[in-house]
Amino acid sequence: MNMKSLRFIIPLGVFALLVFFLWRGLRLDQHEVPSPLIGKPAPSFALTRLDDANATLRRDDMLGKVWMLNVWASWCGACREEHPLLVEFSKTKAVPIIGLNYKDQRSDGLGWLNRFGNPYDASIFDQNGRVGIDFGVYGVPETFVIDKQGIIRMKHIGPLTPDVIDKRLMPMLRKLNA
Amino acid sequence: MRKLCTLVLLSLLVFGAFAKDAPNAAADPALEARMMRIAQELRCLVCQNQTIADSHADLAVDLREEVRVMLRKGESDEQVLKYMTDRYGDFVLYRPPVKATTWLLWFGPGVLLVGGLLGLILLLRKRTRMSDDRFEPDEVDGLEGEVSS
Repeated sequence: MNMKSLRFIIPLGVFALLVFFLWRGLRLDQHEVPSPLIGKPAPSFALTRLDDANATLRRDDMLGKVWMLNVWASWCGACREEHPLLVEFSKTKAVPIIGLNYKDQRSDGLGWLNRFGNPYDASIFDQNGRVGIDFGVYGVPETFVIDKQGIIRMKHIGPLTPDVIDKRLMPMLRKLNA
Repeated sequence: MRKLCTLVLLSLLVFGAFAKDAPNAAADPALEARMMRIAQELRCLVCQNQTIADSHADLAVDLREEVRVMLRKGESDEQVLKYMTDRYGDFVLYRPPVKATTWLLWFGPGVLLVGGLLGLILLLRKRTRMSDDRFEPDEVDGLEGEVSS
């Protein structure tokens, strides 16, 4: 190869590399920020149930079980989008699902569940969003998988999709329940 | 009398400007200023190109309140920043910490600049040592001083 052809090949190579990175950039989801909470104990909480202001659910009540925390709100459009899938998924009884009703009103939340179905084994009521902040929630809906020792093992931001359930959630549940 | 009037008017203006956050700002302006300084270091994750100080997103309002509460409890700036990174990761910091995963981010541009300069110097040195017949002769067309390419 002589110098002349190198003069064409090098810029072409650089250009191809640039195109590759730009193309990769297009496929990155900037809103999916890696959570520092993966592998850490779930933040402790003690919240009343959405349907019963006198009953409290604590993080430690769930120790010994693999469970799923799904953050939702009646004002959240993307939660509506996710909801039918979550209702379907809950019928498989693959995992206990706890809803975190985030910055909502009790009556609005309960009305929403009545209208669209209730996939949750229980929903807890986080009116001021403090527990949400402890879980690093910034875009509802969010879904966490927590293992028997109370460690957060998976987080998904945004609505669950059949793909996420099949490729990430189910394998994780199988692994944690093994 | 005129002085008094001016004073009253001015104070009205000032309090008018702070109307929205009045209870907090009036309670402790120093704390409010410190909170805003910290909030300017933090990225709002809802609208990622704004700081928590600038954003009107619900979460940003909550987090500003969270910072206020922590500062009132006497916690240090570092403790507040740690509280945020524990929950949202280094991504919330507008100035990410220097560590193994961010070396490329911090030093990449410098490395590129130094590398480029070194390459340029080497290339120019090589050229000065080349004999004249390796270069195309300058065009001589009688127009001295004009550059032809």
